Amino acid sequence: MGVAKYIKDERGAIKEVIYQSGIKVKPAYGPEDLEKAGFTYEKDLGAPGEYPFTRSLHPQSYRSRAWTTRQYTGFGTPEETNERFKLMIANGQNGLNVAFDLPTQMGYDSDHPLSEGEVGRVGMAIDSLKDFETAFAGIPLDRIGSGLTINAVATIMMAMYQAVAEKFGYSKDQISTTPQNDILKEMIGRGAWIFPVEHGVRLVGDSIEYAVKELPKSNPVSLCGYHIRESGATPAQEIAYAFEIAKAYIDNVVQRGIKPEDFVGRFSFNFNVYGNLWEQIAKFRAARKLWAKMLKNEYGVKDKKKLFLRGLFGGGGSGLTKEQPENNIMRGAYYALGAALSGAQTTALCSFDEAYTIPTPRSALLSLRTLEMLMDEVGLRDTVDPLAGSYFIETLTLEMEEKILEEMKEVQQMGGMVNCISNGLIQRKVSKQAYEFEKGLQSGEYKKVGLNPSTTEDSSPDSTSGQTEKTDVELHEYNEDWAKKSKANLIKLKATRNNKDVKESLKALEKAAKGSDNVMPYLVKCCHAYATVGEMAGVFRDTFGEWNEPEFY
Amino acid sequence: MIRLIEENDPSAFEMLKLLYPYAGQAFIIGITGSPGVGKSTLIDALITQFRKLDMKVAVIAVDPTSPFSGGAILGDRLRMQRHATDEKVFIRSMASRGQKGGLSRATKDTAVVLSAMGYDIIIIETVGAGQAEFDISFLAHSIGIVSIPGTGDGIQAVKAGILEIGDIFIVNKSDRPDAETSVLELKMMLNMRRPNTLAQNSDLSLNWTPRVLKTIAQNGTGVKELADTFLSHFDFMKQNGSIVQKKIELERLYFNSLIKDLALEKTLLFIKKSNDFKDALNKIESGSMDPITCAEHVVNNLEVTRKPEPLNSSR
Amino acid sequence: METKKTIRVLIAKPGLDGHDKGAKIVALALRDAGMEVIYSGLHQTLEQIIQTATQETVDVIGLSIMSGAHLPISKKLIAMMKDKGLDDVYLTVGGVIPYQDIPKLKEMGVSEVFPGGTSFEKITKGINSLC
Repeated sequence: MGVAKYIKDERGAIKEVIYQSGIKVKPAYGPEDLEKAGFTYEKDLGAPGEYPFTRSLHPQSYRSRAWTTRQYTGFGTPEETNERFKLMIANGQNGLNVAFDLPTQMGYDSDHPLSEGEVGRVGMAIDSLKDFETAFAGIPLDRIGSGLTINAVATIMMAMYQAVAEKFGYSKDQISTTPQNDILKEMIGRGAWIFPVEHGVRLVGDSIEYAVKELPKSNPVSLCGYHIRESGATPAQEIAYAFEIAKAYIDNVVQRGIKPEDFVGRFSFNFNVYGNLWEQIAKFRAARKLWAKMLKNEYGVKDKKKLFLRGLFGGGGSGLTKEQPENNIMRGAYYALGAALSGAQTTALCSFDEAYTIPTPRSALLSLRTLEMLMDEVGLRDTVDPLAGSYFIETLTLEMEEKILEEMKEVQQMGGMVNCISNGLIQRKVSKQAYEFEKGLQSGEYKKVGLNPSTTEDSSPDSTSGQTEKTDVELHEYNEDWAKKSKANLIKLKATRNNKDVKESLKALEKAAKGSDNVMPYLVKCCHAYATVGEMAGVFRDTFGEWNEPEFY
Repeated sequence: MIRLIEENDPSAFEMLKLLYPYAGQAFIIGITGSPGVGKSTLIDALITQFRKLDMKVAVIAVDPTSPFSGGAILGDRLRMQRHATDEKVFIRSMASRGQKGGLSRATKDTAVVLSAMGYDIIIIETVGAGQAEFDISFLAHSIGIVSIPGTGDGIQAVKAGILEIGDIFIVNKSDRPDAETSVLELKMMLNMRRPNTLAQNSDLSLNWTPRVLKTIAQNGTGVKELADTFLSHFDFMKQNGSIVQKKIELERLYFNSLIKDLALEKTLLFIKKSNDFKDALNKIESGSMDPITCAEHVVNNLEVTRKPEPLNSSR
Repeated sequence: METKKTIRVLIAKPGLDGHDKGAKIVALALRDAGMEVIYSGLHQTLEQIIQTATQETVDVIGLSIMSGAHLPISKKLIAMMKDKGLDDVYLTVGGVIPYQDIPKLKEMGVSEVFPGGTSFEKITKGINSLC
């Protein structure tokens, strides 16, 4: 995925290069290209750390601080997760990243029939505040922030995080939580949605409003172009759709009378990096610039810091192959190089075996070393935005901007993101592209080393070019005990909590959901009363209904 | 059995003949309109409504077959999937399999089967109407035409002749700003239609006044009214007897189309085996005679060789 | 007139996992190969899948499972298919499937297994040869 289309002649010379985003690349670039594009340093680049931030958000970038790397955790029971948390903090990590199991993500308790086979498998199983108390026991929540990979029920998890902090004696303005909370991308590319589009957006709006007023250290939304790209979007679309999604959320909150200035600074992004190296670099530079311009010109944001496109550039799962998996080690290195040349502040890398298994400690370490090497050994910290001024990169960045704006315009003309997603227009486009690309891969039109025949002939007798060894997929062992434990805990909980309080708090929640009150304070009350995730999400299900997904073809 | 119908399997016909006496009780509703107007979502909401009245509902959702590959993705069901485990709801996706209007005899035959199975309401969903041979107007007792504001669908409807066949006009996504305009446009054009129908039916009481309704299928707004309107149309037709007329007309249309199909099949089979045919082909291939003369010759030489038997009503 | 029967396939996503890219592109590929494809949508219970397969009288149910739960799900579904009389329907499974599980699935009664990355050609041939 993500590779350019190369049209070659009979002798193998490249005649045409077409990037996934649709940009054609010339054999050579020179000053005339920059002139033709109307490029000026002040308008298009700005100094590092100056608007429009094309080069970098900070004047010194990696010179002052190397990039941060992230590691996900959370699986099985809250007890095991708590141990893992403590271990990571002891190892110097100053932020937690929490994964939740599918039932929790989908608003079901561990004893729901649909939860079977899923409790604790891809993340932590959370049924109630009790589980959070176990998971975060002994964690200094005033110093350690938590990223929560949760979307459809992000409001519930945020409320529960506040409740657990309060239970442990912290106040809500001390804690820092970063829920992913990007429901629109779920509907395009990740599938963990529950409610219809407008209600999903309302909940995001509620959480942002609440964060502005009550959770000053929290970052309520992480806009994920990542998954949209994974499901078939081009790099230009990845940025365009993420920005249009951001607008949908911003507009919802602005309607409540809150100024964009007060909250956009706390949005963060999650972008993908795989495929063609130059296309990625141009993409990120263009994205930084466009985000700043959009906020300034369309939303009147003045404070420089709030114009930053903060985010994680990394991952790259779709670029990896199951065949000849060691190739993924090199791929990871190149992708990381792309991220570094783009000035990513935070990054993460899929490990080489991630195409077929949960990363082993060894492969996770290799990824870490890959990232370290760029910072500490190979020289990516030496200077800010080293490719600036390159005839090619600057022309490409400008062309990428145009492409992104084109894609955004298309969405606007079709009535905006909410409309497009409700009608399936984006999903259709993205599926079709994924299909076309896969066909191209299978026919050899797109090249993937180790997958299609390679360009360089290897005549040594023991070469394996042309052969594909496939490594077998390894899966997490599913642990039945986790489900048993969770179910037992649920029974105990329901017997010992004050069910009258639960009922009342749920009723109040329902009223808020039906009306236009912000649901967050009601959720916090429900959490304190030990209402379960299933019960709270159930109120939303009853009030909002479930989304009927549209056709994708 | 529906598979057999789709595959034109002769044994299907035998079964259909047996079922026919039991069919005919169901109220057949046609829902048509351009892609993207929200037909499936609307039908999903209608199913909920009819179920509230404890009616058994069947849906035939027709999607176009790809002219290139002969395949199809039948995805209307997606929007109705929450009814998948309701015992009293039956959803069948069918591909148009090359039929221009999107419907085929298979659709009719399937409706027969479903009716015989005791479904109270059969909803047929299709794209486009009033254009081709096998049309929604051949199948349904009541036809709903769905459009959305701002697309000029109203003008399109006049052009396509859809205005003539619609009983209920539904403006969906009516939360859009130009919904009222669309409604007014439609009402205006329907007013212009009435003189036609008057000329056909001297008895005014047989004329159903076409309704224009607004809905927001996504959240169910206006759907109860829509369901009620369909049911009142059905009642209307039952009360003034026009339902009987309608059924006879539908039977006649079906009969004609069957004759066409069966006759064509039989004749072609016969012709292709005949010496005349082979002879004519040779002449065309050798260039000694033009296709027009050959074809006329072959057909003119056809003769009925079997003594006709009277049509018995008992079986 | 002799025409080959058109194959009807149900592509289904059982359970809570939301990764549907594979299911969708296979659906498109099967359409382009001349089959009629019904896509079930996400988050399907096994009951919903059985009902859909019955009403749509499909020739093949194609499960798309990316969550690793293919063994328990297939086992359950096969039992339900027998129970509901869907004996003439084939079951195929695709997604994240370790090679070592393929014989186990086949033993249960799964007709074909298409792990992620199987070419469209292979999948089409496989389904065609079943019907």
